[in-house]
Order: sequence, then C-alpha cells, then structure tokens
Amino acid sequence: MEDNTIVDQTSDDIILEVKNLKKYFPIKSGALSKQKGEVKAVDDISFKIKRGTTMGLVGESGCGKSTTGRTILRLLDKTDGQVLFKGKEVFDLNKKELIDLRTKMQIIFQDPYSSLSPRLPVGEIIGEAVKEHNIVPKEEYEDYLDDIMESCGLQPYHKERYPHEFSGGQRQRICIARALAVNPDFIVCDEPVSALDVSIQAQIINLLKELQEKRNLTYLFISHDLSVVEHISDTVGVMYLGSLVEFGNKKDIFKNPAHPYTQALLSAVPVPDPDVKMNRVILEGSIPSPANPPKGCKFHTRCNRCMEICKTVVPEVREIEEGHFVRCHLYNEDVK
Amino acid sequence: MALFNKKKSKDANYISAKESRRISSENRKITDEIEKQRNRKNVPREEYITQMKDPNNVVEFDDLHTYFFTDIGTVKAVDGVSFNIPQGKTVGVVGESGCGKSVTSLSLMQLVQRPQGQIVKGAIRLNTGEEVYDIAKTPSSEMQKLRGNTVSMIFQEPMTSLNPVFRIGVQLDEVIALHNEDMSKEDVKKRSIEMLELVGIANSEGVYKMYPHELSGGMRQRIMIAMGIACNPRVIIADEPTTALDVTIQAQILELLRNLKDKINSSIMLITHDLGVIAEMADYVVVMYAGKIVERGTAEEIFKNPCHPYTIGLMNSKPVVGKEVDRLYSIPGKVPNPIDMPNYCYFKDRCEKRFGKCEAAYPHEIYLTPTHAVSCYLYDDKGEVKDGR
Repeated sequence: MEDNTIVDQTSDDIILEVKNLKKYFPIKSGALSKQKGEVKAVDDISFKIKRGTTMGLVGESGCGKSTTGRTILRLLDKTDGQVLFKGKEVFDLNKKELIDLRTKMQIIFQDPYSSLSPRLPVGEIIGEAVKEHNIVPKEEYEDYLDDIMESCGLQPYHKERYPHEFSGGQRQRICIARALAVNPDFIVCDEPVSALDVSIQAQIINLLKELQEKRNLTYLFISHDLSVVEHISDTVGVMYLGSLVEFGNKKDIFKNPAHPYTQALLSAVPVPDPDVKMNRVILEGSIPSPANPPKGCKFHTRCNRCMEICKTVVPEVREIEEGHFVRCHLYNEDVK
Repeated sequence: MALFNKKKSKDANYISAKESRRISSENRKITDEIEKQRNRKNVPREEYITQMKDPNNVVEFDDLHTYFFTDIGTVKAVDGVSFNIPQGKTVGVVGESGCGKSVTSLSLMQLVQRPQGQIVKGAIRLNTGEEVYDIAKTPSSEMQKLRGNTVSMIFQEPMTSLNPVFRIGVQLDEVIALHNEDMSKEDVKKRSIEMLELVGIANSEGVYKMYPHELSGGMRQRIMIAMGIACNPRVIIADEPTTALDVTIQAQILELLRNLKDKINSSIMLITHDLGVIAEMADYVVVMYAGKIVERGTAEEIFKNPCHPYTIGLMNSKPVVGKEVDRLYSIPGKVPNPIDMPNYCYFKDRCEKRFGKCEAAYPHEIYLTPTHAVSCYLYDDKGEVKDGR
C-alpha cells in the first residue's frame, strides 16, 4: 500500500515520464521485403515533464522530434523503453483504456492546411470527438462547443463554415479548439506556428499560453525555432539524430549551453539587431543519415571540439548541474 | 429590403455572377490594350532605354504599380513602390505574406503572371553597366537576354524549383549555354563545375551527375544559388532563400550569399519575413504592408529607431533569443481585403496610435533623415514626432 501512495505523489507532480524510449523504423527492400537495416529515429531518450509546464523539443529536421511526439501518444508503436503517463505505461493499456487515454492526450499538427478535413464544417471537426467520447450530455453539447470556440478566439457562427473559408491563423485556432474539446491534460504541439506569419505566430503563442494558465495544461512543444521555444518553454530538450544531447531548464540551456551542438544551434539564430557581431560557430555539412549514424558520439562528424574518444565511445548522460543533463565527453571527468 | 439585407450578410468577397461577368469583360478590355502595346514587333529602343537618376544604383523602382485583374475586382498587389538598390549593397524587403514583396521582385524579372497581372504604372530602371533598361516597357525578347544574365533570382523552395527529371549538370549547363552562345560544351561544363565549387559543394564532379532528389535541402539551395550567379548577375533577387531550411543550414547559406556577393560584386535584393535574417544581411531595409512601403531606411535606422507602428509591431511580435517577455505583442485585426482597400491609411484599423489625422488620405512619405522615410501622420512636418493625442 505504501508503494502505491508514493507512485500517486509522483504522478501528481510528473505527468509524463519517458524512459529510454526507442523507435526504429525498418528499411525493407527486395521482393520479399527483407529487412536490410533500421532507421533509428528515436534512440534511447528519457525525460520528465511536470504538470502545468511546457517542455520544448528542438533540433534540425529529421532528428526525430516529431517521431518522439507521436510515439508518446502511441500513434506509433515503440521499439523499446517506457512511456509513463500519470504513472501508467501507455503501451500496456488495453483498447478501452486507450480510448479513455485519447481524451487526456491530444496533438496539434504543424500544417493547418492539411490537418483539417476539407469536407467537414468546423463545428463537426471540433465536436466529433466530444460526441464520440460523451464529454458532455447531449443537451449541453451546443453550448459546450460555443464555449470552446470562444476560448480559442473563434466565433460561434463559424461552426457552419468549412476550413477553406479560414486563414492560416484561424485554421490553427480550429486545430487548437479540436484538441481542447475533449478536455485533455497533455498536448503535443508539433510545430504549431511554423507555417504562420510572424504577427499571427504571436497570436497563437499567446493563445496557447493563456489556455495553459486557465486549464493547467501540459505541453510538449516541438519546434525548430529556438526563439519560440525559449519564449514558451520551462524545460528544453535538444535532439540530434535521435538522441537527446542536452536537457535542462530553459535558463540553463539558453544562458549556459553545455553541448557543442546546442552552442552551435544557438549561435546560428539570426538576431534582429544589426550591431550584434557575428561570432558564430557555423556547423559544416548537414545532419548524417539516421540509417547509418556515425559511431561513437553521433555529433562528432560536425563537432568543433571533437576528441579521439568521441569517435569510438558513445557518451553517457551526465548531470552537470541540478536538472541539467548533457550527453557529451567534454563533461566526462575520466576522459580529462 | 429583406433582399438587400441578405446580400449584405454574404461574404465581403461575394459578388453575383452578373457582376463578375461585367468585371471580367472590363478587365479584358484593359489587359488586351496593355498586351497589344507589349506584343508589338520591333519596339523602338528609345522607348525602353532610359537614364538612371543616380548612376550608383543598379535598380531603381519608381512609383511601381502592379495590379492583378481578377474576376472579383482589381488587386493592387504593388501600389506605388519606390526604392533603390545601390551597387554592391543588400536591400532587405520585409513584410507579411500577401504584402506584395514577391510581386515587386517578380515585376523586376518580368515574371508576373500575364495577362491578369500587369505593370500599369511606374518604371523599374535596371542598370546593366552599359545601358539602362526600363523593365516595365522592355519587350519580352529583350528581357530574355537580361533575365538570368543581369538579374537573376533564387527561389524559396529549392525542392520545387529544380526540375526532378534532369541531372543537376544539365540544368546548370543550360543557364550558362543560353547566355554564352559562343562557349564550347567542354567550357560550359567546366564553368558549371566551377560554379558548384564556388557555392561550397565538395564533391562537385559527382553532384554534377546527380538528380535533385539525391541532395538535401541545403545542397539544393546551393545549386539554386549556383544557377543564380552562373552569369555574374548585377542583381540577385533572393526570395525567402532560407525559409525552408534549418537554422544551422540557414547560417551556412547566408554566409555563402554574403561571401559570393563580394566575390562577384553584385547587389542582393533579399525578400524575407524574418527580421533576424534582414538585420544580419541587409544594408538597407524596406518594410512593406498591403502593397505599399510603410517605412524604409538603413538597417541601423530601422532596427534602432523603428518609426511606423507596423514596423514596431512586427518587431515586438517576434520572440528573440535571450530577451524575455511575458506576453508577445500581437498586432490586432488583419490585413484589409486587397480588392476593397480603404481610402485612408491601410494600417489605421489595426494601429494603436491612430488619431484624428489618420482619417485623411493615405499619408505621404516623410523623410526623417535623408535615408529614413516613413509613411505615417505621426511624423508629419519633416522629422518631428507629433503627439497626436
């Protein structure tokens, strides 16, 4: 019994815990679809998200950010590892429990143009899940829908319209409303603002923040835009070729980046100030193929502080400050 | 009365079929007239050879109006734009989507979709070094010699702007061979490989034989740049060259553009919505809103002392690494309907600093310094900031 209470306490605080999650995609070829290799899209990543906070996940395209998000939601099957949502393993749930879980975890996709069905009116898009999961009694359904739409900055009369009648920013509001309609605790935001203009971007980010405060939501915010991630996140994870190279509080990551990749990433962001002298670390080449990642530290081919050991030994995750984890040999005392 | 109300409740863009037919037949009259002018044979050279106002400029946009005649009305995509691109400098054009920044650059290339899209007024003077062409009047046959040679363009989407069924080499050779008819095939190939090396492609011989799908986004953008600079153009138009790329690749490409510009001594017209990219690259900045320039000046002036409320709003709405704000500023409202523009300042309805004077006609450009101009009534009477309230 005592054990149970401990689990409950932690689950109150930590809403999502990912432990050594791996997701490999097989590469098949030939007439018999023989497996020739694997793409290690997500390779051994672990992190925790506290309730009511936002974790930002940054990295270049193809580093596995979106795959992580989708695997957590069980939209993809895992290869190995654990995803604990409120202390329960997501992949162990049976069909019925999974349906209940769907109301607790939601996702907002990147492209508001392709993620909305063009044949359904907006009210239907937002309300479909509400009906399916019986979130509210039938007679309150219309009012509930109006409420949700209003909180996302949409007018109730928009219900009868179709997605093509809306601009990009408003479509993204529809996507947010759709995710919120089932009253979730946790939302994966997969590049929700990348397809939008700067001023619209600001509106959507503000809306997400407002909703978080009002409903005590937890976000996993996936983006390649570091400035947006810095603005919205509490903790930040930096991914490179499927592994989490650095994880910590926003301040640690942005003020005191430890991993050479994070440093390079931060220095590559253009600053809107013509006086800022460009003293940047420019990464050579592009991200290697995840089907055939480099041996040792995956980043060593592009790293400007590469040592001999980096080419052969995979670095361990180290905690260099409280809550600041780095996967790099530079912080390995034994090497020095 | 009821009928009248019903009509009004429809979408702002809604017009009846009859109305649409009337508009389209009227449009036909206008565009046919312009096309007739354009398609004359043997246009006398005096018509399109002019003089630069300032010989140090490579391009001068002078009161450019590019309109699109659509079936629901005329879209004034570019409505009186004037600015210069000086020799060897980078001019950044910034604005939200639909503000006319791409149409401005397409007008310079004479690539606006005809016959619906037409330059109806104004001039674009292009200095080739020997002669000055007025692009607005230059016939297509002449334009073909300038396009790619004197002005060239790097497009936003490296994925879609390369032809997937031809090898990189063939596509590059085509550009070079077209503008250098007397070059032998071997020389053309040599030059292509030289270009690939110039844009930092290590395995240039190999890439020459590859197809676009074998390359990453950053590599493809390098190919596009190689194509753009293959004929040593005087002006390179870079239309959102890094928007589709990752930050680290973006940094590489911007660095490359900066170096190349000095190497071949050309000017860049950089179109983007990312203020960070502008600050890093541009010497001069032009801020556009709804087809008009709201503010222009040197990069220093625009970033240190932004004056137009739209510029200020744009800057505040972008989060900046290392700067913490509680809530991002977001410009209220949305861009007015391009078919039915108001007759006062286009930004008035979204502006937080509007006052009585804003009811008047669209404000003229007011020069705060010789290089810094702003179209806003707040700065009436040369350089002085008036408190409107």
